[in-house]
Amino acid sequence: MDSLLNPNRPPVFCPGCSHDRSVHTLDRALKEMGLKGSDVVIVSDIGCSGLFDTFFKTHAFHGLHGRALTYAAGIKLAQPHLKVIVTMGDGGLGIGGAHFLAACRRNLDLSLLVLNNFNFGMTGGQFSCTTPEQASVASSFLNLLEKPFDVCDVAACAGAPFVARSSVYRKNLPKLLAEAISFEGFAVVDLWGGCPARYMKKNPLSPKEIESAIGKLQPYQGVVSTNIRREYSSYYREEAAKDTAGVDWQGIEKTFEPTVKERREVVFLGSAGQRVITGGTLLGRAAILAGMNVTQKNDYNITVMRGPSVTEVIVSPQAITYTEVGKPDVIVALSEEPVRKCWGLFQKMEKEGRVILAAGVEIPTTDAQVLEVNFKAGGIKKKERALAALSLLAQTGDPVTLEMLREAISQSFHGQRLEEALRILEKAAAIPVHE
Amino acid sequence: MGLLFIDGNQAVAMGAIHSGCRFFASYPITPASNLLAAMLDTLPSAGGIALQGEDEIASIGYCLGASMAGMKVMTATSGPGLSLYSENISFAIAGEIPIVIVNIMRQGPSTGSATRGADGDVQFMRWGCSGGLPVIVLAPADVSDCFTLTVHAFNLAEQFRCPVIIASNKEIGMTSGTLDMERVEKPAVIDRTLHEAGPFLPFQVKIGEDVPPFLPIGGPILVRQTSSTHGPDGYITTNPSEIQAGVERLQRKIDSKAESFSYFDLEERKGARTLLVAYGITAGAARAAAAELSENQNIPVSLLVLKTLWPVPEQVLQAAAVGVERILVVEMNLGQYVQEIRRVLCNQRVDFYGKMSGQLISPTEIIEEVTRG
Repeated sequence: MDSLLNPNRPPVFCPGCSHDRSVHTLDRALKEMGLKGSDVVIVSDIGCSGLFDTFFKTHAFHGLHGRALTYAAGIKLAQPHLKVIVTMGDGGLGIGGAHFLAACRRNLDLSLLVLNNFNFGMTGGQFSCTTPEQASVASSFLNLLEKPFDVCDVAACAGAPFVARSSVYRKNLPKLLAEAISFEGFAVVDLWGGCPARYMKKNPLSPKEIESAIGKLQPYQGVVSTNIRREYSSYYREEAAKDTAGVDWQGIEKTFEPTVKERREVVFLGSAGQRVITGGTLLGRAAILAGMNVTQKNDYNITVMRGPSVTEVIVSPQAITYTEVGKPDVIVALSEEPVRKCWGLFQKMEKEGRVILAAGVEIPTTDAQVLEVNFKAGGIKKKERALAALSLLAQTGDPVTLEMLREAISQSFHGQRLEEALRILEKAAAIPVHE
Repeated sequence: MGLLFIDGNQAVAMGAIHSGCRFFASYPITPASNLLAAMLDTLPSAGGIALQGEDEIASIGYCLGASMAGMKVMTATSGPGLSLYSENISFAIAGEIPIVIVNIMRQGPSTGSATRGADGDVQFMRWGCSGGLPVIVLAPADVSDCFTLTVHAFNLAEQFRCPVIIASNKEIGMTSGTLDMERVEKPAVIDRTLHEAGPFLPFQVKIGEDVPPFLPIGGPILVRQTSSTHGPDGYITTNPSEIQAGVERLQRKIDSKAESFSYFDLEERKGARTLLVAYGITAGAARAAAAELSENQNIPVSLLVLKTLWPVPEQVLQAAAVGVERILVVEMNLGQYVQEIRRVLCNQRVDFYGKMSGQLISPTEIIEEVTRG
């Protein structure tokens, strides 16, 4: 195969820059692999590593600093046949640390070449996440205070199944790069080289010194056997193919006649675990069975399994414009805390309004009719309260009837959950209530 | 077919599926989390990909990569996440990468109240990234709009190769409503224009046009994408006239076509002295207030509900304001979009009412403001 270097755009690196070597080494690897330009995308980061895509006749994506791995992931998932090669410096690796860790964990088939020259070259030689403590760089003494990280240790620890470290000057580097690019999964190559313009002036770094420094570290030569596992993209497609969930485009058929002529506002004031939001949804679905419009607005707390739970349901044969309850027609008061928060709502109610009140919950004086219910005495458990209260409301036929509610339940639940719900309706019918 | 009972976020998901969106990535954030859930429920089985990114920056990054590889993409977040999207939004503008971004606004500033609505990002969506070039922002007012405007958003993103933001709100995204799929407006789906013949330069427009034809990364013809200031060939340029022509085109391709996607509802009433202007969730209360005043209190009031916020639909505003004495702008913030309306209707009286307490603005409050004036 021919070289994939772009004849119109030769590399423009400083004399003696190791990136120049990396460009030619990468080209040799691609050539040896017999890849066409259209088989490959080079996703480059920012800085000197961000120039790489321009030197090749391949697809190219040059994005934002530190984010190259994110674009690469999107490209690979959309075009799985592509060889996706990411070039990133030690600077980009630092700013995009979260993406690096995520890529190692995810194991999507990308090849990351970290062009590690121990500093931010293009911006003036500042320290990066790999600058040695003792190096003299453009960030004053700051690098002295921080421990550089070992790219390969981090990659292996985070789950990358292919991790290699090499000097850019090694003769067999094209073979190593070809192995990384051929590897089916996330491959990281930590390529050590020198930046003559910014780093090497004060920190001499010969090829020999690089080899010697690498020799003192844990060797990484490719496959990390403990991290070998399924490649993400093919694994994703396999799992997705099993997924049968889909969109319900059908909705709820009208099988009842509307029960009310005007807007009704129903508020459930309960607490977590009483299935208040489910109760509101069932009320809504029951009303929709009669072709009515419904809105349901929930009040979410930062707490999950404790604290108040409030849902506002509006039912109307007309279009619903404003979705907040102003003057409730019904309040289901199951719990103290939300009642205290919504104290004023009770005072806005008219005499046709109804309150379904759990015994023991204190409410303000109200013009509405109050139906006090001893759920506990009726054997209604906490998680059954909202539905039990709803069935008491449905006994009045306004805004839904028991038949509508039963149908909504049958359409919403199956198996044991359905039996459970229908049993709650029966139990609720037998509860003594006080007006 | 009957009525669906879904929230705004689910309706956005359905609009996206309908539009051919097959790639979605987002990071969980209330009140956008259930949109991630809806996409995870629907995309894989539709042959698409839904991802949870390691953060917001990654999520939009995945989308930009997938979009350049030819897929229709969407991401969703709220104010804190939109802040993190900023740099990638300006990349999408510069690189002309189609993407739909759903911003389910919540009460801010900062972390704010995760589960309370607001419309506090209205200027931020327009001006919140470097460079200052235009984006398109559509604002649904209810569940039905969430479906329809999502289809429009994809169409615009594809047609103009640009980011389109859907400005939703917790009170729309997480409030359920009824939706009649037989009656909801379903705009025809538009795909991006592909390069057909001849030599391909990734940012070369045809004579008389402002949007470059697209080819995906990964096809037989080589494609370049770059965040750097580039010429038609997708390589860095330092030529000032080429740079100027490039940014002017990015502005012109959106602004010159603004009238073609100025979506709105206008309720004009005879004898109205006041024009109410609202958008988003507040449109519902404004509708109720205008109806009550006009029908029961003998104070006819006209209502303009804006569904395209950016670019500002200047002609729509000017036409709606003809003959009224006063324009009252109602927003769920401390006065943001009213600045645009004051700019456009600079010779008319433009008043503002708004709050950002986490509570909806009620019809009663609007009625008081109208009658006070």
